[in-house]
Amino acid sequence: MARHSSGHERFLRIAKRDRMPKSRAFMIRVAAVLLSLVVSGFFILAVTKLNPIDVYKSLFAGAFGTKRRFWVTIRDTMMLLCISLGLAPAFKMRFWNIGAEGQVLIGGIVTAGMMRALGTSIPTPLLLVLMFACSFAAGAVWGAIPAVFKAYWNANETLFTLMMNYVAIQLTSYCVARWENPFGSNSVGIINQKTKAGWFPAIFGQQITLNVIIVLTLTVLMFLYLKYSKQGYEIAVVGSSENTARYAGINVKNVTVRTVALSGAICGIAGFIAVSGASHTISTSTAGGEGFTAIIVAWLAQFNSFIMVAISLLLVTLQKGAVQIASQFNLNDYASDVITGIILFFILGSEFFIKFRVVHRSRKGGRS
Amino acid sequence: MERTAAVEMINITKRFGQVLANDHVNLEIRKGEILSLLGENGSGKTTLMNMLSGIYFPDEGEIRVNGQKVTISSPHDAFDCGIGMIHQHFKLVDVFTAAENVTLGTKDDKLDLKAVSSKIRDICDRYGFVIDPAKKVYDMSVSEKQTVEIIKVLYRGADILILDEPTAVLTPQETDRLFGVMRNMKKDGKSMIIITHKLHEVMDVSDRVAVLRKGRYIMDVATKDTNPAQLTEMMVGKAVTLNIERPKFENPVPRLEVKNLTALDPLGVKRLDGVSFTAYGGEILGIAGIAGSGQKELLEAIAGLQPVEPGGSILYYPGGGKTKELVGLTPMQIRRAGVGLAFVPEDRLGMGLVGEMGMTGNMLLRSYSKGRGIVADRKGPRLLAERVREELEVMTPSIDFPVRALSGGNVQKVLVGREIAQSPMVLMTAYAVRGLDINTSYAIYDLLNRQKMQGVAVVYVGEDLDVLLELSDRIVVLCGGQVSGVVDAAKTTKEEVGLLMTKFRKEG
Amino acid sequence: MLSIVQISQLLQSAIVFGTVIMFGALGEILTQKSGNLNLGVPGIMYLGGIAGLATAYGYEHLAKTPNGFVSLLISFTAAFIASALGGLLYSFLTITLRANQNVTGLTLTIFGSGLANFFGGILNTMAGGVGQISVRTTSQAYRTAVAHFVQVGHVGEIFFSYGFMAYLAIILAIVLYVFLFRTRAGLNLRSIGENPGTADAAGINVIRNKYIATCVGAGISGLGGLYYTMDYIKGTWTTDSTIESLGWLAVALVIFATWKPLNAIWGAYLFGLLYWIYLYIPGLTRSSQELFKMLPYIVTIIVLLLVSIRKKKEDQPPASLGLAYFREER
Repeated sequence: MARHSSGHERFLRIAKRDRMPKSRAFMIRVAAVLLSLVVSGFFILAVTKLNPIDVYKSLFAGAFGTKRRFWVTIRDTMMLLCISLGLAPAFKMRFWNIGAEGQVLIGGIVTAGMMRALGTSIPTPLLLVLMFACSFAAGAVWGAIPAVFKAYWNANETLFTLMMNYVAIQLTSYCVARWENPFGSNSVGIINQKTKAGWFPAIFGQQITLNVIIVLTLTVLMFLYLKYSKQGYEIAVVGSSENTARYAGINVKNVTVRTVALSGAICGIAGFIAVSGASHTISTSTAGGEGFTAIIVAWLAQFNSFIMVAISLLLVTLQKGAVQIASQFNLNDYASDVITGIILFFILGSEFFIKFRVVHRSRKGGRS
Repeated sequence: MERTAAVEMINITKRFGQVLANDHVNLEIRKGEILSLLGENGSGKTTLMNMLSGIYFPDEGEIRVNGQKVTISSPHDAFDCGIGMIHQHFKLVDVFTAAENVTLGTKDDKLDLKAVSSKIRDICDRYGFVIDPAKKVYDMSVSEKQTVEIIKVLYRGADILILDEPTAVLTPQETDRLFGVMRNMKKDGKSMIIITHKLHEVMDVSDRVAVLRKGRYIMDVATKDTNPAQLTEMMVGKAVTLNIERPKFENPVPRLEVKNLTALDPLGVKRLDGVSFTAYGGEILGIAGIAGSGQKELLEAIAGLQPVEPGGSILYYPGGGKTKELVGLTPMQIRRAGVGLAFVPEDRLGMGLVGEMGMTGNMLLRSYSKGRGIVADRKGPRLLAERVREELEVMTPSIDFPVRALSGGNVQKVLVGREIAQSPMVLMTAYAVRGLDINTSYAIYDLLNRQKMQGVAVVYVGEDLDVLLELSDRIVVLCGGQVSGVVDAAKTTKEEVGLLMTKFRKEG
Repeated sequence: MLSIVQISQLLQSAIVFGTVIMFGALGEILTQKSGNLNLGVPGIMYLGGIAGLATAYGYEHLAKTPNGFVSLLISFTAAFIASALGGLLYSFLTITLRANQNVTGLTLTIFGSGLANFFGGILNTMAGGVGQISVRTTSQAYRTAVAHFVQVGHVGEIFFSYGFMAYLAIILAIVLYVFLFRTRAGLNLRSIGENPGTADAAGINVIRNKYIATCVGAGISGLGGLYYTMDYIKGTWTTDSTIESLGWLAVALVIFATWKPLNAIWGAYLFGLLYWIYLYIPGLTRSSQELFKMLPYIVTIIVLLLVSIRKKKEDQPPASLGLAYFREER
């Protein structure tokens, strides 16, 4: 027989918030970023004994200090942004597409292959359109494979898309070995270096203008697509409740495959831009891990394309700045990953305070 | 022979926010008896029992076990007092065997499944259960899972067992077997409380009946001294006049004819069994029945969401146009075929609405695919949202405020408003006023009546018999997936419907 | 046909390779059995690798006559603790603060690889260049083969030519199997991964179990990184992404093994075999060799598909994998 003497119990309870004003949620996130910068500052101080403020200053200079640095930062921001845009529709549908890295590479392989094969026979403007279309299609197919298995057999999409990354990476290695140039270099080298066939043309004297145009157009289109189109609406309904979707007459399987194919397709375009508009070569590091970073960007932005612009810029600034710090203070540029990690941890943690509140509840026991 | 009390619940009160779930309830369970706890849905039976099993903690009152005052603040405390509850939703791990589930969380120090199995076999032999301790739960029938739940409780040495609607999921044969086991346990000195609203089961298995109504304790009586009619009256109470209007519509015409509809759930259990009826434009057809009698499956079958067995038919008469067969169509095909079917489902936020979206987004759910082009027209829905907000007095900060965060009444207004706005020929509602306050409820009745007077066939699935009797023109009573009767609401009595719901027909 | 020597070589490299990912996978199996899908395995393996290397380096440079056994103990402990701390960070964010598991795991991978490569770079600089780090005593201690003590031939070499950690991995797999499927604590843990609501109702402390499983699991995964740095690359550091790809292969192995530790043993060696077999197939071009390295992932995908199509319950991922647990409150 249990006899409990506890008359009163006090305990903490975590309750879901109904809704927090946007301004306050924004303040919490800003506070999280600031706090994370302070913590990162301590990390820098502890490791290097350098004044963190100086370090942050040179970090900024590293990202934006010269014209060239500025444009490189913008170029890489566009890349990260493009992948994040691709992930947004899948995530909005609660489909965990972890396979962006591979989808980017597939788009990149197709682009590089076409540049090599068709560079001499097709004029660049037409070639660009063709490469755009083919990398779009290739990314779509790559994305649709796990989606079909998810829709019809409920195969775990997180694990499936993750594995597809490495299949794509090995496929890239295969192509690199096939296309090796010069022989023995274990790299493809700059494709069409002399003719620049299949390269993005310089516009307004700037090599990456087209990158910016394509990605910003996609940003606006994705925003409009998710917010105003019929398909965007279907995505939102499926993501919220499959039951409601069926009630509304939505074919959940079709929407799943279609949406993830689109997601993969845009990642494929990111691969096209990376090859044709930036590196003009292909390697296993063409996606450079941004396929994973973009997952975090898309998630944190809660699928809003314009917020993705800001987060992408923040992360790429950090990465670029850290390279500068590394050379200036004789460190190595992996510091940027550490700082990125710290900032992301703080933002992730801060979501708790936006979604939940901690209630102090007292509970009355039986009368004695 | 007067037995001593195993458990006494004295003056128990429990509130959930504004709702008084239990209002100073007194209940006594004696040693070695089977007590039926009887009451309609929402009468507070399960809440009361959850306080015995440590799920909830009473706001007021005290609990005594074997005469000693106890504090039960967790399922573990309940076990320590010898109380175990078998919930309606089984708490079992699918990939574990019966034995593993039984031993899960016990304080035995070593994991000796052989010993556990032999102890399970002992329990089985003693009380007449049949279960293979090595069988995995995912291979088990519902009845076997329930057996595991009961063994779990006995294994932990419980003397007082609470069974929450144990027969709801069982076939008649399985029910008989369960009752046999319960009688064996009684012989062994165990006390049992069975929550139910099936009167024949009460009469069959229990020694005593306690009745709850609307959170209050009504009475208790020895089973041999009572009869189903008296219990029904106790359970549903005297007919209350609610002054709900029932306007008369001239010349009703058939709108929807359901013939021989049979449907199975994913486990292959019959949820609808040869259901036939006709709904007329200009009438409210009430559907009465104990929870889980097939109401959900019936409405979903008509809406194209629940597959039905061959041989069934759902005919839709548009009035003038061609008659349409709805069986085999998807919801989208039904809509594309121009069938004026509106459906207010039971699960408002999980099926009828998108919680994250505002009113506009939810109005869009029915119309987003209309028109050419890739852009969904939001202007129409926005205007509709404004209109619904104004006409139905939906209290929301803005029509873009997520409906999830609105109060229950406002959520329902959004849903009903949207469905009515389709100008349907048939309007189906499931538990349209559940959880709503009086004013909102009347507003909903009023809306339904207006639809009826426009010639719409309204199908109203309800749980409150008083409302069904006053609002409906005719009432179809479902019992165990079958139509147990169709009555004229103006002429019938609450008792008659109550007995039809529980398969007891009034004599004469 | 392959000669005996070649077969022996292939098997040896497969076993060494397999051991790295076996540690990673065993830790992740423990973690996932508690319902946590920790995609931070690569990051955790980095943490284990660098912590072991850095402490060994520090010890060898401070001690006048470094003792291999002491150094081994220090670095082993450090690797386990550092990795477990990574698991603790993940647990705090996903269990207590209920952050999304996928995103948190990926962040941990970025953070862990960044931190490890950052310090690895510093170590390299201190030592005077890439490949100049010398923890000879420690690495030697890790690599002392059992064959050192017994006389064996070619066939015996297949079984006895490894450092102790190769055997530790097998022992760990067996221990983990016994723990998960033969003990009460293991039963409790599995019930949490399957159905935390039921576990909670049965009086099992869901939060505490998840924390412990995830932290210990991370510690075990981290040993894979330690084995890689100490044995596989003989106590050096290269700032590349090898550990990361090994980490993802470890995650793949969890799926391949259908969450069963004993399957992870042969699965790991099979992965190693598939990974290295291209060296022994005559006539392969370098490009087609790359296609062969795809095999472990392809095989994993096929297993994943078979498992979801066959729907055999025992082979499914833990039912609540990836989901945060809330106790239902009214």
